[in-house]
Amino acid sequence: MEWLDNFWAVYSNVVLSLGTNVLLALSIYLTLSCGMLAMANAAFMGIGAYTAALLSTHFDAPFALVLAAGMAAPALVALLMGAPTLRLSGVYLAMATLAFGEVVRIAVINSEDLTGGALGLNGIPQLTQWWTMLLALAGTLALLWRLRRARLGRAFEAIKEDETAAGLMGINVSATKLIAFTLGAAIAGLAGALNAHLTFFIGPGEFGFDRGVEILTMAVLGGIQNLLGPTLGALIVTLLPEALRSLRDYRLAVNGMILVLIVLFLPRGLVDPQALRAAWARLTQRKRAG
Amino acid sequence: MLSQQLFNALALGCVYAVFALGFTLVFGVLGVVNLSHGAVFMVGAYCALIAVNQLGLGLPAALLLAFACAGALGLCIDVLVLRPLRARNAPHLIPMIATIGVGIVLSSLAQGLFGAANQRFDADALPGQSLSFMGLDMTALELGIIASSFGLMALLLLALQRTQLGRALRAIAESPRAAALLGIPVERLFRMTSFVASGLGGLAGTLIGLYSNALYPLMGQPILHKGIAVIILGGMGDIRGAMLAGLFLGFAEVLSVAYIGSTMRDAVAFGLLFLVLLLRPKGLFGSTQERKV
Repeated sequence: MEWLDNFWAVYSNVVLSLGTNVLLALSIYLTLSCGMLAMANAAFMGIGAYTAALLSTHFDAPFALVLAAGMAAPALVALLMGAPTLRLSGVYLAMATLAFGEVVRIAVINSEDLTGGALGLNGIPQLTQWWTMLLALAGTLALLWRLRRARLGRAFEAIKEDETAAGLMGINVSATKLIAFTLGAAIAGLAGALNAHLTFFIGPGEFGFDRGVEILTMAVLGGIQNLLGPTLGALIVTLLPEALRSLRDYRLAVNGMILVLIVLFLPRGLVDPQALRAAWARLTQRKRAG
Repeated sequence: MLSQQLFNALALGCVYAVFALGFTLVFGVLGVVNLSHGAVFMVGAYCALIAVNQLGLGLPAALLLAFACAGALGLCIDVLVLRPLRARNAPHLIPMIATIGVGIVLSSLAQGLFGAANQRFDADALPGQSLSFMGLDMTALELGIIASSFGLMALLLLALQRTQLGRALRAIAESPRAAALLGIPVERLFRMTSFVASGLGGLAGTLIGLYSNALYPLMGQPILHKGIAVIILGGMGDIRGAMLAGLFLGFAEVLSVAYIGSTMRDAVAFGLLFLVLLLRPKGLFGSTQERKV
């Protein structure tokens, strides 16, 4: 098992940040699967990270409580701001949530007493173990998997296809959207809280526009047809910079390029069950004919 | 003192307005929220910087070059990215996501090419004169920015209201399909709009580069966020609204720094944005529309 120890010593950080990124991709998947492009996930991640970090550094709170607070705080914010904001649709929602992200960043920078301002928070205890991350990930995936089959998940789907029709079928559109938004915020907060206790340090720059775009890239790359999509997207976006280490300065350019190319050539993402089924059908048919 | 503040606000607001013009023009005509506009703005500023510092050109030539280069870039984005999406009839949000990617690529390339550090125009290339008038200190630069901004706005408004081309563009804004049926060369005008709008973005980049004299690869990001606030304030796609809202934001920011404190400066734009989105989603100057099924 020595190779495993060596591997872990070198790559534990990559593997654990992979976990964070999968959670983030799943958080935006949730709102996207309900037909909303909300770009506030980086900000929710930040709110979760700061809440959790403050609790564990100042109050020595138990880690489970810290994580719960890291989920509850962004969920509460999402609930409050979601009620008026989610009335907006399409590009308006995207831009309002983008602006919300900026407001959070500015607020963090300007409340120096609490958050350390632009310098960030230092000395966060490293409480996140591999099994904590695995547990969080498994729990989230299980919840979302259950949700897809449940009434609520079907309601998400219906709203994504056609909001007006969904409303006419008796779905409470605004309440359903608010649930998706709040749940997404909680997952992003969990990712933030876990990540903060992994990296020792957090600063406002980590939760800005770039992070928001990275989260979006993961979901768009993988596709949002099922849970495998965002997971695979997060995997690629996390591992790609490791593979392209020589391009370090242009790392972000690669992300941007992925976003453009996927949108242009694979609009439904890498994991597209419909296309796969179609390809499979064509393949088997040809065999039968031959 | 107040009048000096107001004058500074006017110069700042003018730059916001020019930036927002291009941004809102693309939305009005192409129906795309072009989030690469901030990066195009940055590219324009760097083009002017190269023109002044390395080619030794004067400011007017540098502005022209910035317009042309940024415009050409916008044309490339339109042909390579937006047109295929139009052809596929992709929903609104898709081109927006694609332009986020384009913006990231551009700013990251600029960071690789020029480095992340601030760059400046050579001091002797900038007009140094200033003018005192009724107790106001006005630099030639600020006056130039104000004059050229108002000139551009007037030109654009005139072109849109009074020319055949402007009428064609307004027809496309109403409905590209109907415009095509009427024999308007829609695709060509889309390309032209992209060129002009990005050119305006490049000009705004140069103007703010001259005004603050600090160029850096991510300089497009704060202005992009403010531009979003401005075009929502003015009503999406509304040229006159964007101008007024740009000027308004300039005044709001400068006055808030003067009377509330500098920490709140960046929050002003977004505070306004939130309020407008919640109270008047179609913009301060827009009219409301019901969604039809």
